[in-house]
Amino acid sequence: MKDKINQILENALNELESASTDPKAIDTVRVKYLGRKGELTSLFKQLGKLPPSDRPSVGKLLNEARDKLEEAIETAIKEAKQAVVKAVGKFDVTVPGRKPLVGRLHPITQTAREICRIFTQMGFEVVEGPEIELDYYNFEALNIPKDHPARDMQDTFYISEDVVLRTHTSPIQIRVMEKRKPPIQIIAPGKAYRCDSDMTHTPMFHQVEGLMVGKDVSFADLKGVLTIFVHQMFGAHVGVRFRPSFFPFTEPSAEVDIQCVICNGEGCRVCSHTGWLEILGSGMVDPAVFQMVGYDPEEVSGFAFGMGIERIAMLKWGIDDLRLFFENDLRFLDQFA
Amino acid sequence: MRFSFRWLKSYVEIDADPKEVAERLTMAGLEVETVEDRYPHLKGVVAVKITKIDKHPKADKLQICLCHDGSREYRVVCGAPNVSEGIVVPLVLPGTILPSGNRIQEVTIRGERSHGMLTSEKELELGDDASGLLILPDDTPLGQPLDKALGIEDYILEVAITPNRGDCLSVLGIAREVSALFGTALKYPEIELAEEGPSVFDVAQVVIEDADKCPRYTARVLFDVKIGPSPKWMRDRLESAGVRSINNIVDVTNYVMLEMGQPLHAFDYDRLTEHKIVVKCAHDGERFVTLDGQERTLFSDTLLICDGGGPVAIGGVMGGENSEIGEDTKHVLIESAWFNPSSIRRTSKKLHLSTESSYRFERGVDPEGVVTALNRAAQLMMETAGGRLAKGIIDVYPRPYKRPVLNLRVGKTNTYLGTNFSRQEMADALTRLEMDVKVLDNDTLEVVPPSFRLDITREVDLTEEVARILGYDNIPTAHPQTVVLGHEKNEHLRLRDELKNFLRGTGCREIITYSFISQISLKKLGLEQNDIRLNPIKLLNPLSEEQAVMRTSLVPGILNIVRYNLDRENENLRFFELSKVFIPEAGQNLGDPLPDERFNLVVALVGRRGQSELYDYGPFDYTDIKGFAEAIMEFFRVSSVKYLPGEADPYMDPVISAGVFVGEERVGVVGRINPLVAEEFDIEEPVWLLELDFEKLFKLRGPEIRFVPLPKYPFVARDLAIVVDEEFPVQEVIDFLKGLNNPLLERVEIFDIFRSDRIGKGKKSVGYRLIYRERTRSLTDEEVNKIHDDIARKLVEHFGVKFR
Repeated sequence: MKDKINQILENALNELESASTDPKAIDTVRVKYLGRKGELTSLFKQLGKLPPSDRPSVGKLLNEARDKLEEAIETAIKEAKQAVVKAVGKFDVTVPGRKPLVGRLHPITQTAREICRIFTQMGFEVVEGPEIELDYYNFEALNIPKDHPARDMQDTFYISEDVVLRTHTSPIQIRVMEKRKPPIQIIAPGKAYRCDSDMTHTPMFHQVEGLMVGKDVSFADLKGVLTIFVHQMFGAHVGVRFRPSFFPFTEPSAEVDIQCVICNGEGCRVCSHTGWLEILGSGMVDPAVFQMVGYDPEEVSGFAFGMGIERIAMLKWGIDDLRLFFENDLRFLDQFA
Repeated sequence: MRFSFRWLKSYVEIDADPKEVAERLTMAGLEVETVEDRYPHLKGVVAVKITKIDKHPKADKLQICLCHDGSREYRVVCGAPNVSEGIVVPLVLPGTILPSGNRIQEVTIRGERSHGMLTSEKELELGDDASGLLILPDDTPLGQPLDKALGIEDYILEVAITPNRGDCLSVLGIAREVSALFGTALKYPEIELAEEGPSVFDVAQVVIEDADKCPRYTARVLFDVKIGPSPKWMRDRLESAGVRSINNIVDVTNYVMLEMGQPLHAFDYDRLTEHKIVVKCAHDGERFVTLDGQERTLFSDTLLICDGGGPVAIGGVMGGENSEIGEDTKHVLIESAWFNPSSIRRTSKKLHLSTESSYRFERGVDPEGVVTALNRAAQLMMETAGGRLAKGIIDVYPRPYKRPVLNLRVGKTNTYLGTNFSRQEMADALTRLEMDVKVLDNDTLEVVPPSFRLDITREVDLTEEVARILGYDNIPTAHPQTVVLGHEKNEHLRLRDELKNFLRGTGCREIITYSFISQISLKKLGLEQNDIRLNPIKLLNPLSEEQAVMRTSLVPGILNIVRYNLDRENENLRFFELSKVFIPEAGQNLGDPLPDERFNLVVALVGRRGQSELYDYGPFDYTDIKGFAEAIMEFFRVSSVKYLPGEADPYMDPVISAGVFVGEERVGVVGRINPLVAEEFDIEEPVWLLELDFEKLFKLRGPEIRFVPLPKYPFVARDLAIVVDEEFPVQEVIDFLKGLNNPLLERVEIFDIFRSDRIGKGKKSVGYRLIYRERTRSLTDEEVNKIHDDIARKLVEHFGVKFR
């Protein structure tokens, strides 16, 4: 009996092998041995005829033989299915894909959002203001009276004697302070205009203004907040320096320079071989400005800053021509995915 | 402000090199923009001694000179007439570029190698003599760059002076800062005058009629001067500052201005009627010829310097032709005055005339330095032009300057800066700036700034000086105490950001164009004459006609960008811009001088909708742009949107475009740009445009999102197809079916629009799919059939259509 079992198993496995990946032949083998009247199946029926002492050992052998065969058939079926998939034919995987259409936001929008994101994470609130602005908000309330040479710092487009295209986003400071009481923590992105057009100036450009006012806000705080900004925007390895300067609405005032991101401070054409790049103007809010909005400079202090978005974008991406931003050439826009 | 480093060093002793000085000045708020070698070409020129001269074998007029620079020998071909053995001469080494632009190379002249070139002083721009070699003193050190060897090595520093620092618009002013920063003494020029003429009060007279505009006027008179060229040292210093030499008298006025910051004027004494100066304002419309030969029309607030007859100068701005120093001038009246900064600025602006003088007066010169500068000028004029100086000074000073007395609180200053500076450190810093400092008590310093620091009038100005001199680097970096502030929700800004994101998601590129456009580009839109958009806000001082008015529409801008891109072979375009237009006097509060600034959205599609010819490469059509409109209406969650023919603006195609309505409110247009308008913008391709008023949509936007539970039971679909005329608005059937308000009809969609000869010319077959669903149970076929038949019948009754 045992010999017979082994013999049948051997035959079955041989036939399975000759069946190869032909699903029909595999099934024939299955039916022939494991079918209801299959050769192995019929041996199970003969188990009862054996002496009781032989039954366990023969039964075990028989079970093993059936499991082995079932497993072999299962493997053969899998291989047969795989053979079908492979048999489909030849295929070129490098054929161009149907790319989903993905648009772009203008690099200025992207940069403005990045700047605002950094400051809103520090608790600043985004506010906006009009682009056509009263002379009062654009200049006078910012401590820039008529007939002051500081007006030369900004070539102004006039609509009438008292109405201008804002030359900076700073008037938003005044509008906010007029409406609210301190503490104030705002960031104000937007367009600004100056009648100047050459390689390094466009008559319209974008700025982000910032203002923090509260009790005992200090110059050291200004340095801290703007250093965090620079490190988030350009990387924590970038050096920052604060350099005295002059703005009529801040005192003391500071230009913020970062180590040149093109040459890493070695000196190159972009940084005029100084190793430093000017990226924003800042300072402690001048007491005269507080007085204009009815704050008591003995009670509150604060700092303000402003930066050109185009400049930040140019440094961030290495863009060398300002005018590209407003030409809107598709080949330019598409680079800022 | 440009100045020479050597000139600077004549007032302050420092060992630092120009780069280091530039760095210190920059970090103290005087930004040095450039440091340039004054004689870069001399770095490639060395002094050599001619040791031996041989005749050139092939050229009679040429010699071969053996030259020695102390360490090596050069062989140079030379044709100069004054060449001789033993003389020391300049040798231009190969590779050097001379001021003429000529690049010296190692060359072969008639078969003989020449290692460089021996030159004249003219070629080196060290003088005018071109007749022969520049023969240098025998003791000139050999082998060194020539500027060093001659002791003329110099650098030109260009400093950006901020408007508050008028006191730094002079070499001495800069030297004062350098002295404060390096802690070394400042050497003011020594002035000694021999007054050998008559009393000045007997020969001249000064009257100030407008003391507000001219608080101080001083004058001296110098007789018997000899007009001629200035000495070389003075011409050299003037040139280093970029000032052209004119004659010795005028040069002195310029020199003293550059040295001390006080603008001066010299009048020809004999041309002053009655030898009298009267300071007063002009009449409106008065005409006067300034010394640049221009006739200028003056205003009633233009301050004039007049003589006994009439005007001789525009005070503080420019002298007149009628009293100018000329070659035959014998006697000179020197003016040194202090003019009101705002008055000078107003005049300079109104006359469009900015001079070195007005620039300085606007920024404030030292009211107490007026006489020093006058004396300095008299001294230098006598040195360079001779003459007898009248005794005494005319000093009319109706409004004497008072230096402010300020208190600086040490504690407050430290809180403001976030520092821990001691009282002593603060006092020292201010003292270095020539301030008089007195300790009042433990926390208070009494500070009197010098008269040249007109910018320092308040405690906070002193705080800045303390920070500047002690160094911003010595202020710590701190972080503000945490404050949590409640913010107003800015839904307008949020929706704009979201809308931009949404459009990016549709494959559009955002563009940003100038807010000002040309009036002509608005005219190209073919708007009706009374359209408010044809009356934009105009700039008083536009840069060009192209940027002359504030846009009332985003359409010209995006069309220009379309054309710009088509010109560059960027063919398939999907652009959008979400920006402001500026509408004058539209629905705003009366009396508000500011216009209505409204965000508009434009989307433009040009070319094909696919990116590759391989797939989906069909050209854009009306359904593409209308799809944008529909999606954006969903974005705003507005209901009852209608697209009405004949309701678009004139710049839209009269047939293939629609007005977009939300209820009764028109919110924009969609469709094709009128081909004739596109042609005006040089565009031949169809441009598919969507223009929406963001502000209206923002107001009309739907309520917040509310979740609707998902259906549990299946829907049943029934189709019906109708044949209608080509222009039949297919949307109307959908609106009609919705209007039936059958609770089981969930939605209707069009699944097919079909045209064929069999249906007939000018006809189309439209297939509608009606989706029925009951939310609480499954519908049976029978009940759906019954409802559907009923609906179909109503459709036929209403539209008179037939089913296909």
